[in-house]
Formats: sequence, structure tokens, C-alpha cells
Amino acid sequence: MSDLKITALHKYYGEVHAVKGVDLEIPAGEFTVLVGQSGCGKSTLLRTIAGLETADAGTIEIGGEVVNDHAPRDRDIAMVFQNYALYPYMKVYENIAFGLRARRTPRAEIDAKVRKAAQMLAIDHLLERYPRQLSGGQLQRVAIGRAVVRNARLYLFDEPLSNLDAQLRDEMRGEIKRLHQDLGKTMIYVTHDQIEAMTMADRIVLLREGRIEQQGAPLDLYERPATRYVAGFLGSPTMNFIDASLERGNDALNVRLCDGTSLALPMARTAKLAGREGQRVVLGVRPEHMSRALAGDTRSGLVRYEARIDLVQPTGARTYATFRMGDTEAVAELLAHDVSQPGERIGLAIDMNRVILIDPGSDAVIG
Amino acid sequence: MKAAHRNRLKLAVRLAAATLITLLFLFPIYWLFMISFKTPDEIFSYPPKWWPAQLQFSSYAVLFRDGDATTVLNSLIVAGTSTVLAMFIGTLCAYSIARFRTGGDNLANWIISQRMVPPIAVVFPIFLLYVWLGLVDTFPGLILLYTAFNLPYVIWMMRGYILDIPIALEEAALVDGYTRWQMLWKVVFPMSRAGLFATAIFTFVFAWNEFLFALVLTRTEVTTYTVQVTHYFGGQSNFWSKISAMSVLGTLPIFIIVGFMQRYLVRGFSLGAVKG
Repeated sequence: MSDLKITALHKYYGEVHAVKGVDLEIPAGEFTVLVGQSGCGKSTLLRTIAGLETADAGTIEIGGEVVNDHAPRDRDIAMVFQNYALYPYMKVYENIAFGLRARRTPRAEIDAKVRKAAQMLAIDHLLERYPRQLSGGQLQRVAIGRAVVRNARLYLFDEPLSNLDAQLRDEMRGEIKRLHQDLGKTMIYVTHDQIEAMTMADRIVLLREGRIEQQGAPLDLYERPATRYVAGFLGSPTMNFIDASLERGNDALNVRLCDGTSLALPMARTAKLAGREGQRVVLGVRPEHMSRALAGDTRSGLVRYEARIDLVQPTGARTYATFRMGDTEAVAELLAHDVSQPGERIGLAIDMNRVILIDPGSDAVIG
Repeated sequence: MKAAHRNRLKLAVRLAAATLITLLFLFPIYWLFMISFKTPDEIFSYPPKWWPAQLQFSSYAVLFRDGDATTVLNSLIVAGTSTVLAMFIGTLCAYSIARFRTGGDNLANWIISQRMVPPIAVVFPIFLLYVWLGLVDTFPGLILLYTAFNLPYVIWMMRGYILDIPIALEEAALVDGYTRWQMLWKVVFPMSRAGLFATAIFTFVFAWNEFLFALVLTRTEVTTYTVQVTHYFGGQSNFWSKISAMSVLGTLPIFIIVGFMQRYLVRGFSLGAVKG
């Protein structure tokens, strides 16, 4: 049973085609994150689901019922907004009770629900205050509380953490995820922050220019991206992309960089690439799949690359080392003391089991 | 120590200047009130008398006895009703223009341009129309006209205030289960309260002080106080005590209203300044 089913959805803003034929089905109880750069249509999609925008084509079903023509209030949804959307002239208690009052809930029931939600979000001591007396984190808790008391079928979050500072954001991220585990409700969460998407989602829906680029479990997308865009969007620091070509080596395929280096692909990966010898490809390597080469390391799939480090950025546990690879700048995520200063020449071990190969024409991942 | 002294001096100078200016502006009003309490001899005495020997209420007594004072009540009915109507209709129009972009980009500009028409240019066509409709010298006639005349102002001002409301506040209410109509009462009106009061005061004051339309379109039944005052300017002599007493009666309601709503008025000024 799915709580939300979207079929061939289109949305225009005048000349701008914001959503270009989205199909999406979200199973009950799942936490789905719509992620993408600004302007990718993620917020528009969410607002169309909410009924704050009308769909120009396609259908939206919530709980098995087509709701295209339903007003927002008839869609059984609750929504948390980016700027909290709290009423400055109402106390916190009234702000949380606002949605229940609309539905003529009995007074005693409202009181019980408001206090329970407030307790859950640790804002029960703030109920008699006005929004202007609260901090950003507290405001966001109140906004979430207002949605939680509603017992809706679908919960929508529109970039709810983007106004908070970094530390608070980490804290609230965990809290929203815990809320989802406790309530077991279907939630759709919009963000431009790939870390939020990775950490919170059961399923990530990555949007690009009004279309779904790829969807799936966070680690699925991370480890098996379908396109160069997905590969580059997820992960920090971002994946390195190096122009190369495929050539037949002694017994396996080699990836040949423009500086003449040949990197051997493991046998297991060659089957998929049959017939592509001589073609141009883009080699995708995540920074964490490069490490300082150790003498006598015989794990299969590791190849050695001699690098001259140009820039060293320690982050504590890890150090980011920038160097030239082929004709581009690449970043390797090394252990803290693997490299100490720029100019150093070190041997890097690249894990060829984990690299991806991209067709430069279509940007699709081919192996 | 020296700086503190200088600051104190600065403050004193400012206070003195403010007091002087206030006195200057209050003087005509003081004089108006005083005339209404003087005997005819005192009014024309030279050098002028700053304070009547004895407060005379006879002018007021005459106004009430002759029924002239009811013109203030007429003004109150006409200005009050037309303000309520203009505020209600105008705010809904403003909401429509602000949120649904009714009329595209230019309707709001066109509407405010209607306010710039000189009343004298339209008063006689309207008079002829009113004769035909039988609306001359009736409450509905005058109320209708004042409402129509104030609408552009209300729409223009309220549009600005409504645009200042974060739209997410409205959307949150719609998602939370309110109809758009309920949402107007729960969100839009409370959020624009200062603007509503400020606009209402200006609308009321316009209708209250309006003279030209009232002069042309009324006879005896719904004469407003502004028209009534002119009846005391005679061919041979002017009834200064009646003029001043009538003016006092006409000024008091405004004093009372502005006094009550002062804080909204001040906020309304500054809000309007940001966006209009």
C-alpha cells in the first residue's frame, strides 16, 4: 500500500517548465528525501503534492485517492515550512493547536495532544511564550510540533533546517529521524543538502532540472550512481572525474590517463566493458578510495599511482590531499599523517574495485 | 562629566524647541475652542481676550436645541458606514490583487490612479446620475459615494500590507485545515491589524472632512457637519460662536478616535513607508 503515487506530473510557471514528467511511488511509512540543487523542482514538487500549487498534467494520489482537485486542507497532509511559519500573535500552545482547532477537535483532546507533542519535542516549558521569545531551534521544534499533533497521512518538510546553524542542524536532523521512527508516518523531506539526504533518508529521490535523475536507498545511490551527475552530487569531498581511455592490457582492461599512466581494472569488471576498448571514458574515483600505498599490500584491485601533492588540508582524523591526476585536480582522503606538506611525492593506492567509468557522451555510468 | 553636561544641554534645547512648535500648532485649536465659549463682545474685543470671563455654553445649547448638532450624527453615520464598507470590500480586493495577481501587473496602479481624479470633475455628472436614481439627499447615496471614493486608497494601502505578510503563514493555515475565508480571519487580518487600523482612520477622516460632494448631493435630510458650518456664514454677518461651536463638535470625534488608535497610526505610517 502506498501513501503517495505521482504519475507523469508536470508543472509550469509561465514559460518555465519546473517539473517535467515525474513518476514517483512512496510506500507507507517511508522517509523519502527529495534532493537536488536549487531550481531542480524539488520544492515545486512538494508544494504540488501539498496542493499549494496546481499540477498542469499528471495525477497525484494520496492514500489511493486522486487529489489533484482537492484543496490542501482536504489532502490529509501536514507540512513544516522553511521559515517556521509560526503566528507571531499566538502563544506557542495556540500555534501547535492551530490545526486541531480548524478540525473542531474537542478542547480536552487538543490539550492532551499539544502537551504530548510538546513533551516529545522538549518544548513543554515554552507553551506560554510567544514565538519572538524563542530561539531558532525552538521555533523549528514548535513548527514540527504543529505538524505532529495533526496525525496526518503524509508529512511534508520543506527545507526545515536550512535556517539553523550547523550544530543545531545536526541535532535536529537526528531528532526528525527519531520522530519518524517513533511515529512510523510517511514523510517527504526536501533539502539541497546531500548530507541531510544521506543521513535521514530511507530513500533518496535525486532531482535534476525537473526530472528524477535517480532514486533509491542512500548507499545504493552513493555506491552505484547511474549518472555522472548523481556520482558528483553525493559525497564530500566530491568524486574526482578524470578523462581517460580504455585500452587492452596484458590480460585485462586498462584505464589510460592522458599523462600516460595505465591503471589496471580488476578482471571482474571487464566483462561489462567488452567492446569498449579504445573508447574515451571518464574515470570516477571517490577521495576515500585512494590511500597511501603500503609496501607489500597485495590486496587485489589496488593500483599504485605516483602523486606530487600540491595542497594539504587536515581535518582531524583525515587529511585531504590535492594533486594533479591526468589533466585534472584530484583530491584524496588520506589518514591524518599520511602527508605533511605540499610538494611531497607519495605513492597512492587506488582501489579499482570501487571506481566507476562514465561514457563522456551520455554521462551514463557504464561500469 | 563634560560630555554628560553637554548631552543634558542638548536635550533641554530639543525639548524647548519641541514645546515651542507644539504650542504654535495647538494655538489655532485653542483659539477655536475659546471662541465657542466666549460672548460675542469677547470674540471681537481688542486686545484679544485669552480666556473668557465666564465659560459660555449658550452656543452649544442653541446648536442642540435647533437640531443643528444632529449633522454631526449624520457625518458619523455616513463616515462610519462608508469606512466599514470600504475597508471590507477594499481589503478583499487588495488580497485578490496581492495573492492571485488579479488584473496582472497594472490593475493596482490603475486603481490608485482613480484616486487622483479631482472630485470637482465628477461631482456634477454624479449629481445628475443621483437625481435620476433618486439618491440625492439620502444616506445610501452619500455612503455609496464615499465608499467608492475611498476604495482605491484602501486597496492600494492594504495591498502593500498584505504583500508584507509571509505567504508561508497563509499556506500553513490552508494545509492545517482552514478554508481561504477562515484563513483570512485567522491569519491575514490579525497579521495586518496595524495596517487595517491606520488605513481605516485615514478613510474615516477623509469621509468625515469631505465637503464638496456633501454640499452638492445633500439638501436637508442628511446634511453633514461640514456643510452645516457654512450655513453660519451669512450675507450680513457671520455667526462666529456657532461656527466655532460646530467646528468643535466636528473635531471632537476625530480627537477621540485618533487618541485611541494612536499606536496603530504611528506603526501604520512606518509600515506604509516600507512598501506601498
